[in-house]
Amino acid sequence: MKSDSLSTTSSFEPVLTRNIHRPGSEKIETYLGNGGYRAARRALERTPAEIIQLIKDSGLRGRGGAGFPAGVKWEFMPRDASQKYLAVNTDEGEPGTFKDREIVERDPHQVIEGALIAAYAVGAGRAFVYIRGEFFLGVKRWTKAIADAYEHGFLGKNILKSGFDLEMSVHRGAGAYICGEETAMLESLEGKPGNPRLKPPYPAQAGLFGLPTLVHNIETLACIPHIIERGPDWFAGIGTAQSKGPKIFSVSGHVNRPGNYELPLGVTLREIIYTHAGGVRDGRRLKAVIPGGASTPIMTAMQIDVPMAFETLRAAGSELGTGAVIVMDETTCMVEVARRLTRFFSHESCGRCVPCRIGSVRLYEALERVERGQGEIPDIDRILELAHGIGGITFCPMGTALVNPARSAIKCFRNEFEDHVRKGHCVVSRRAFRGGPDGKDSHRR
Amino acid sequence: MGVKLQTLTDPKKRAMLLSALYIAQEQFGWLSPEALERVAGRLGLSIGQVRSTASFYTMFRLEPKGRYHVQVCEGLSCYLAGGAEPIVDHLVRRLGIRPGETTKDGTFSLEIVQCLAACDLSPGMKINDELYGCLKLETIDALLDDLTQRAVER
Ligand SMILES: Cc1cc2nc3c(=O)[nH]c(=O)nc-3n(C[C@H](O)[C@H](O)[C@H](O)COP(=O)(O)O)c2cc1C
Ligand code: SF4
Ligand code: FES
Repeated sequence: MKSDSLSTTSSFEPVLTRNIHRPGSEKIETYLGNGGYRAARRALERTPAEIIQLIKDSGLRGRGGAGFPAGVKWEFMPRDASQKYLAVNTDEGEPGTFKDREIVERDPHQVIEGALIAAYAVGAGRAFVYIRGEFFLGVKRWTKAIADAYEHGFLGKNILKSGFDLEMSVHRGAGAYICGEETAMLESLEGKPGNPRLKPPYPAQAGLFGLPTLVHNIETLACIPHIIERGPDWFAGIGTAQSKGPKIFSVSGHVNRPGNYELPLGVTLREIIYTHAGGVRDGRRLKAVIPGGASTPIMTAMQIDVPMAFETLRAAGSELGTGAVIVMDETTCMVEVARRLTRFFSHESCGRCVPCRIGSVRLYEALERVERGQGEIPDIDRILELAHGIGGITFCPMGTALVNPARSAIKCFRNEFEDHVRKGHCVVSRRAFRGGPDGKDSHRR
Repeated sequence: MGVKLQTLTDPKKRAMLLSALYIAQEQFGWLSPEALERVAGRLGLSIGQVRSTASFYTMFRLEPKGRYHVQVCEGLSCYLAGGAEPIVDHLVRRLGIRPGETTKDGTFSLEIVQCLAACDLSPGMKINDELYGCLKLETIDALLDDLTQRAVER
């Protein structure tokens, strides 16, 4: 995680990714050699209530996309229930996001330690790790790390002589984006199709097998040992008013150095793109940015001085999401971007509710028509109407995610949609137009 | 199969279903109707329960695939990096099959998939369990030559 001297983040010390470039970073010996599991030892000497207070004081918010305050969620877990669970979300499927893959592959013990502390704080005796089916190396690394943690007494019975027991196991998903949504993940863990459940009840009330379940993204869990070690004030001292701590930003698209960059929340997109990710490829001009993964609204190059924080991005009309920055240069056709992203969501709809299942297909078809130059001007407003009819009324938040690309692309780049219609082809990408009855995309290069 | 009613309603048994399907798929290469029935019998689940789960998830193969199952990412980052369709087109020409099909000799099958969470290595694809990133058409050719050779040697 290099940072150049002129940046405002030059003095920032990475913590979540501090180990990942060491050789053998995934091994327990490496982790222990760098102070690993010290925080767990400390945490187990304190009361669960004290730990919950520390996490609340830190201001930690979930890194899985929704940004819910972690400490508040911990407090929702009923104190009197005899059996409670922790579900560890490693399903990472949001296009543009690849931070969780790197964390599990390169530093799984950080997550186990965070999970141990979280489980202790809420009184969960069993942790289920749900990992995306495609992450073969990740599954291996998780499995090995858990076995080693058992061997060293960080999992199992009477952990570090504290009297606290925690069992942990790994469960593979099998290729379904929706299973990253927490209730769909619980269904999948129960061996069922991954259809989201109605909320309430929330997982903290009735989750896996009907028992209270705390669900966290693994980057959230990775923050926890550091909060225990360095204190909540250290964590709360990083970031903005409502977005605290370090964050891993996955940067991809038209940049010179795509990759994961750990930076303080509140860093600007400009700094991420130009200082850390090496600027726009081939010296081209920046055109648009998706700040937080495929489901977050597209922003224009004019907006890159917005700080990357939950509240500031929302005020700018987008979302922080998972912090996955997709960078697009001046040669990018925004109609194609909207079409491609909508195709993803319509492909991944679990099919449970009509607006998402059918609406996403209609939305995709309309976008495809415009993209191929076969649309009409009213089609553009029809796309917006469709989006309006889907967003916010679906069974789960996928409905809102699904309309964001089309809606934001039209909002920021309406002229490109109109050009496609009027000229019958794309003027931006200057690629050969091959659209027509053979059903080929016009943006094949 | 002599399934007891009690086991039919045991939620913990159903929780083992995804793992059981993976094991069966590993063993047989794909999940044939017989394989699904066998899984149902072993776990004491109804065939309907097994089928509804197996068909929901894209990684469970309800039809046979090639020895090398090539999966090309069509996600936005891969597209921006010059991948997706150009790579699919190349593979279609080279393998003589379209997405969703398997070569006659059963060596290769081709599929278009969604973001592999490897957008830093765009454009990317997977062959069976292995991830290949920063692809160029030449490297794909070399890779396929190598796999074809290995398939012949076996
Ligand atoms: C469609 C959809 C997909 C999601 N995918 C993921 C995912 O892949 N990984 C993840 O951690 N959270 C994902 N989430 C968010 C989870 O539902 C949940 O909020 C999160 O795991 C809670 O953890 P956190 O509080 O640590 O962020 C998704 C949500 C939705 C609506
Ligand atoms: S909004 Fe889409 S993904 Fe969510 S429950 Fe409805 S159909 Fe399924
Ligand atoms: S878009 Fe291809 S790996 Fe993410």
